[in-house]
This record gives sequence, C-alpha cells and structure tokens, in this order.
Amino acid sequence: MPKHELVEGLKLDDYKYGFVDEEKSVFRTQPGLSQDVVRQISARKDEPEWMLQFRLKALRIFQAKPMPTWGGDLSQLEEVLDEIYFYVRPQEHMERSWDDVPENIKRTFERLGIPEAERKILAGVGAQYESEMVYHSLKEEWTSKGVIFDSIEDGLKNHPDLFREYFSTVVPAADNKFAALNSAVWSGGSFVYIPPGVHLETPLQAYFRVNQERMGQFERTLIICDEGSRAHYIEGCTAPIYSTESFHSGVIEIVVLPGARFRYTTIQNWSNNMYNLVTQRALVHEDATMEWLDGNLGSKLTMKYPSCYLVGERAHGSILSIAYAGDGQHQDTGGKVVHAAPRTTSSIVSKSISKGTGRASYRGLCKVYEGADHARSNVECDALLIHETSRTDTYPYIEIEEKSANVGHEATVSKVGEEQLFYLKSRGMSEEEAMALIVRGFIEPIAKELPLEYAVELNRLIELEMEGSVG
Amino acid sequence: MSDTPILKIRDLHAKVTDEEIPILRGLDLELRKGEIHAIMGPNGSGKSTLAKVIAGHPGYEVTSGEVTFDGRDILGLEPDERSLAGIFLAFQYPVEIPGVSIANFLRTALQAHQEEGKDLDIFEYQDLLLERLALLDMDPSFAERPVNDGFSGGEKKRNEILQMAVLRPRLAVMDETDSGLDIDALRVVANGVNTLHEENPDMTVLLITHYQRILDYIQPDHVHVMVDGRIVRSGGPEVAIQLEEEGYASWREKEAADAAF
Repeated sequence: MPKHELVEGLKLDDYKYGFVDEEKSVFRTQPGLSQDVVRQISARKDEPEWMLQFRLKALRIFQAKPMPTWGGDLSQLEEVLDEIYFYVRPQEHMERSWDDVPENIKRTFERLGIPEAERKILAGVGAQYESEMVYHSLKEEWTSKGVIFDSIEDGLKNHPDLFREYFSTVVPAADNKFAALNSAVWSGGSFVYIPPGVHLETPLQAYFRVNQERMGQFERTLIICDEGSRAHYIEGCTAPIYSTESFHSGVIEIVVLPGARFRYTTIQNWSNNMYNLVTQRALVHEDATMEWLDGNLGSKLTMKYPSCYLVGERAHGSILSIAYAGDGQHQDTGGKVVHAAPRTTSSIVSKSISKGTGRASYRGLCKVYEGADHARSNVECDALLIHETSRTDTYPYIEIEEKSANVGHEATVSKVGEEQLFYLKSRGMSEEEAMALIVRGFIEPIAKELPLEYAVELNRLIELEMEGSVG
Repeated sequence: MSDTPILKIRDLHAKVTDEEIPILRGLDLELRKGEIHAIMGPNGSGKSTLAKVIAGHPGYEVTSGEVTFDGRDILGLEPDERSLAGIFLAFQYPVEIPGVSIANFLRTALQAHQEEGKDLDIFEYQDLLLERLALLDMDPSFAERPVNDGFSGGEKKRNEILQMAVLRPRLAVMDETDSGLDIDALRVVANGVNTLHEENPDMTVLLITHYQRILDYIQPDHVHVMVDGRIVRSGGPEVAIQLEEEGYASWREKEAADAAF
C-alpha cells in the first residue's frame, strides 16, 4: 500500500543516501574538526580575511565551552562530532520519481487545485528545471523591488558591507557552544535584505534557491528587514528529509528594523537519527513585529527556542510552535522573549504532541528588564499525550525586573480521551482516523497560520503518524 | 413496516467493564423497521447503558445475551463498524472536539461511510450539508463552529440531530436527548427527528427518555418501561400517559417484589 511506503520511508534503516558515487570526485574535509578543516572551508569559499579570523576565533570558543547538561541527552554527541564531515560539497539531492508518489497524495493535490509544478515540489520530486522556472519568475519580482535573496556565501561576496554590519550581531559566536560551532564551520543558508517600505506579497521560500546547498548541516541565515518593510520567509518542507548526516546545527539571525513586519515559518520533518540544535533569534526594533512559526516533527533530539529580543519601544514578538515527538524522539522546544524596552508585547503559544515513548518538552524564557515598563507577555503551552508511555515536561523561566510588567502563563496537559475516541468512532471513523482528527484539532490554532500547502502536508503527516498508534 | 425486527435484543446482561456491577439484567427488546419506540425509566434503570451497549461503548461489557441488527450479531463489532452498518447514537452528553469544525468532522465521518476507494466529492458534500442545515432550519454558520466546544446544551443536541441528518442512519438511538432542554430547544430537536423520519419512514428510532414531555412532540409507536436493567412493561402510547399519572414508584415496587422471589 502506498501509504506504508511513505511511512517506511520515515524510518532511518532504509536510508541509502549519501556518497553514492565514490568514483566522482567528491570534495570533503577529513572527519572531525580542527583549525585545518576551518581554514579549508574558508579557502574553498574564497572568503575575506575577517571571516576566516571570525571562524577561527569561534572554533576556539567552541572547543573551550563545555557541552550543555540541560535540554536533551547530548552525551553521545561528542562521538558524533568526531566522526562527521564538517564540510561536504553540495550534491544533487536524490529526487524521488513522480511514479513513486502515493496515489492519494496526487489526488489531494488534484482536489485542491494545486498547479502541476508545485505538486512535484511538494512531493519532493521537483525536477530541477521546473523549480528553476518558478524561481525565475519570482526572482524578477524581488529584483525589481530591490530585494536581495541570495545564498549566504553570495551575500558575503556581493554585499560585503551590509553583511558585515549585521552578521553575528544577533547571535554572537560566544552565545552558546553550538552557535560557536556554527560560526566556525557555517556553510549554506540564506542572505535576505528587504529595502525600506517594500511589502512582499509572495513568501520567500528556501527551496527556491535551486542549485544551491538547500540543506546544510551548519546553515547560517541572515535576514535584514529595513524600516517599514514587510515579508514572509518559509523554510523547510514536510517531506521527510533524507540525510546521512546526523547533526544539524543552524543559526538564524534576523534584524527587524523600526516599523517592519516579518514572519519566519519553519516546518521540518527530520529523520529520527538527527540531532537538531538551532539558534534562532530576532532583534526587534521600535514599532516592529516579528513572528516565528515553528513546526518540528521527528529528529532524535531537537533543541530549538526561537527568540525575540524586543529592543525598541512598542516592539512585538510572537512565537507559535508545534512539536511532535514519536517513539524514541525528544523535542525540547519553545521560545524566548526578552523585553528590553517600554510597552513591548509578546506572545508564545506552544502545542506539543507526544506519541509512543516520545517526549516533548516546553522550554521557554520570558525576561523583562528593568525599564521595560508596561511590557506585556503571555505564554500558553499545551501538551497532548497519546499513549501511557508518552511524556511531556514544562520548563518555563520567568524573570521580571520591572514592576509594571504584565506577564501571564497558562499550561495544559491532556490526553486523547476515551470519550472523544468513542464519539468519533460511533460516527464511523476508525481509531486512527479519530486520533488524527483530534490531533489536527489540537494544533489547529497554529496550523491555520500556515500556508495552505504546508497545512495540507502537515495533516497528511499526522494521519500517517497516527496509523499504527493503536495497540 | 415489516415483520422481521431490525434490532433484536435477547436476554441481554451487561456490566461496567472491569467491575462487578451488573446493570442490564436480562433485557429483551424488538424493534421493527420504521417504528418509533420510547424507553422510559427511573434514574439508575440502565437506560443510558442500553444505548451505549448498542453503540459499543468500551466502558461496558456484555456478559451474556445477544444483540442482532438486521439479523447480524453486532456484539463483536467495533463502534465504527456498527456505525457503518447504520447505527447512530445521539449522545446524552456529547463530548467536545476543539479545533475541529462540525463541517470538517462530518465530512470525515461521511467519508468513512463511503465505499472503499470512493472519495466524497467536496462540492457534493457542501451541497448536502447546506441542504441538511436548511431542512432542519439551522443557520449555515453553525457548521463552522468547533464540535460542541462552548456549546449550550441545546446546541449540542441540535448538533446531534444535524449529524443524524447527514449520516442518515437506519437506526437512531437517542439517549435522553431531551434532558437539559427548554421547551424551545426540545421542539427544535423533536421537529428534526420528525422531519427525518418523514423523509425516511424506514428509519427506526429508539428514544430513551426519563420524562414523558418529548413524547408530546414525537409520537411513539411503542412505549416500554425499564426498571433495574430490564423491560417490565411494553405497550402503546398509553403506557407513557399512565406513567405520567402514576410515576415510577409502582414499577419499582413491583420489580423489587419480583426480584425477591
């Protein structure tokens, strides 16, 4: 059955991707991390001296910092780090053939009237030239408005001053061990600049950057929204990510200048051998708004806390997060909001689902500095447990230094009720269909913010995950 | 109407799962196609349990006896299989499903009722839903609300009727549908049932109720009295009137006396 093929594909054992053709010269550094490796990376990218120095300094910081003892279990990570290749030249992603795509997915696209070209992209089949075509027509729109949307390497090359002005100002190398690692070996990612007053209607999507490293282990993204601009960036895809790499450590820096509005959406579905540790942070200026929409499914361990540092008056930050932890998976996610200016507002809504032996933890910080008067913040974290063995934890940190601050926190934990299941089954739904419907209802407040095609895929994924959830 | 009963219950004994509390103690009942039956009884008589057992609620366990639907034993069937066979339970306390609209919920349910491999056409479904809402004199916006979430008692019961209208079951078991309703809400619900029965005279209805009131609006063909897990009296509409006048006490005493033997 087609459905089962996809489900099987989500398991790691069958992954045979990787260095397919040893015959072809595939450039990669030797395993493990060293100064030499870092120099090679910088040399291959033909970087200016300051960037090399930045990388080397970051390497020293990385080596000096201890492994964090909070969050997930990182005890095996040292070994992993000793063995991975820190730089591999981007390869063609193995594309699935359209024939392999399950019938019911093709029919869903049909029913929803999704255009041919997009169907293939959504199904992970995107033939290069088709993606190129979509990309090119959109590219014209951006360039005419003065928008820069490049790979991070090209950003450094083509816009050195702009790049240097903002790079590592939001997430300094010393911020945490993995930011330091990323700072030393970063490769691949996006560089985005939206000029003042420009409103982009069409979202920028990471997959548009065809022929470039779409999914690096150490992605670095830098986004600058100039005053009064408005844009939406979407990263990730719900198709399971096939990767031999078992470690993803990205850094995303966003600067939202006064009056600008920006939303960053991520939906990622990682293979279950993956350590996914990401530092995502936005600096939000006066009267500006930043929205993180973060969907994390799968991985062995994800540690990710999209953050908003509200540094200008009346800045607003919001984080909507969905985390799904299946058997043996651990999601340690949430968000951070830091109020460093008066009349700033923030909101965190986190919905997590734990199934089988999965563990989904909410970890969040709400910090209000003295002087950030009349700051308002609200956190809502809801957890849904599917099985007896499923687990959820909540680690809210609230640090308030300002008397006039108004901070609220609500948390709920629920399990799928027997009464709910019976009600739905008594209308003809199988147990799996009932589960899937209940789970979709649970994440609905966040899922409805997603672009349609992502919502469709997310629903589909949930249905697949709920199969086999019985017994 | 035909002679073969569509629902046949023989000597049914049932208890609470994992506990030793017997609730149904040898219940017999026969319903013929298209008939409207009412079961009345005092609190604790097991009326709701009967409804749930017919629908296959996991909280109750049948210890002996048989229940056949259309000649087919249904006790071995899962709740969803019973639904697909044409059985519908209108709940006394419908549960909430947050984040799921009634429209979406019903579409999923209706899709489950389709033949294997056949997909419900979304436009046909929309038309059907709107038509059903109109039939029941309900506003279309009702279907956009999340299932039972924040609903008043009356709204929950109206939602049950709407589901019945969309799924068009062959047997509708209505578990104290009238409880907690004011006269207006009761009328709406009763009208709904009558309209659906008019539309499909073959639909069999089993109304489980504590009060005689709803029977002013829905004319039953047969009325049964249930006490202590058993049917103790069956007759026509006059049984309800007698019950209204005399109350349950005499039936209780009689049962107690019988049980003492």
